[in-house]
Amino acid sequence: MQDESLYFIFLNAAVVNNFVLALFLGICPFLGVSAKKDTAWNMGLAVIFVMLVSSMSAYGINWLLTELDLLFLRLICYIAVIASAVQLVEMFVKRYSPALFRSLGIFLPLITTNCAILGLALFQTAKEYDFIQSLIYALGAGAGFMLALMLMAGLREKLELARVPSVSQGAAMSLMLAGLLSLAFMGFAGLGGSHG
Amino acid sequence: MAELPNPQENLSLDTFLRGLWTENPVFAMLLGMCPVLAVTNSTMNAIAMGLATTFVLVCSSLLISLLRNWIPKQVRIASYIIIIATFVTIVDYGIQAISLELYAALGAFIQLIVVNCVILGRAEAYASKQRLHTTLVNSLGMGAGFTIALLALGTVREILGSGSILGVALFGEGFQPWVVMILPPGGFFVLGAWLLLFNWLRLRKERKVMEQSGVAANAG
Repeated sequence: MQDESLYFIFLNAAVVNNFVLALFLGICPFLGVSAKKDTAWNMGLAVIFVMLVSSMSAYGINWLLTELDLLFLRLICYIAVIASAVQLVEMFVKRYSPALFRSLGIFLPLITTNCAILGLALFQTAKEYDFIQSLIYALGAGAGFMLALMLMAGLREKLELARVPSVSQGAAMSLMLAGLLSLAFMGFAGLGGSHG
Repeated sequence: MAELPNPQENLSLDTFLRGLWTENPVFAMLLGMCPVLAVTNSTMNAIAMGLATTFVLVCSSLLISLLRNWIPKQVRIASYIIIIATFVTIVDYGIQAISLELYAALGAFIQLIVVNCVILGRAEAYASKQRLHTTLVNSLGMGAGFTIALLALGTVREILGSGSILGVALFGEGFQPWVVMILPPGGFFVLGAWLLLFNWLRLRKERKVMEQSGVAANAG
């Protein structure tokens, strides 16, 4: 997998194997924070930042643990690093934009348990990407997450104006929408790239 | 959460049953959706994932309940995550030892049990406050509820998408599988359909209650 071009890695992570719509990672924030476009945008930025930080750290940790032959500690170290990165973002946002802090609410600390981020760290390890490739992969995954979130937010803002049967309001409707989006993203599968 | 000591729940049948229906992690609380959607393309995967998650849920809840008076409040989330990650590592290596085939099918989602919100949610909302035996029963109930939800999706998707259950073909040669159901969009559609069904049942029940109270008011 070492010889993949950077462009291919980015495209693969962003659209072909979109983290949300094809790999089912990060569904909770995807359904939780996609009600408004500006909140979705900020959430996307926060996730991209955390992804970049944790991707870099995960690369370092993996190298260190391989050297020390302590690979069984990998999962624990990854999650600890991600939790710290999220804490950093949280303090930063709280200090510089209290309004944004309130609008993201519980979903900001919950980025820790966003499986997209841990998934990213695990996938880049499994694919044996080098440092630059890992960064591009993180960037692509983050961009893909943001794309899915923005599409969903746009759809849901339109949906506010539509008359939906009462039986399908709320989560059921969101899931149906997500299914349709996911169908659309399947069209990218022809661009190549294997699962995962 | 509050300054007052939390009331300790007494053990009852409800402690177990709540996880199955009224507080079902998937259908009622919409937690832990990622594995629910990702690994339910066959019944076997659904069962394995459900059992693995239940194991981690029960073990970590027990340990957290045991340590609840020793974990400082400020670092509790970090401590919970570390405890959960430990058990997930055990499960990860265990499944690898038992069946490599299954390990390949579930992929990264075994390690991703760490970030399953159901487990952290239980730790924070229940295990960190309650006694050992109620925690055991409650987490068993939640695990069972989660497994049932996975099964509900897994069987429907396998029947529609491959025309089989547990790999045994149900229909004759002429059956044309509905392939999209085992692909990602199918996960969203089937879960959406289950939620629609539950919404419909709930609305119908509410309407019945309303009609009955209306009748009573008219009679009075």
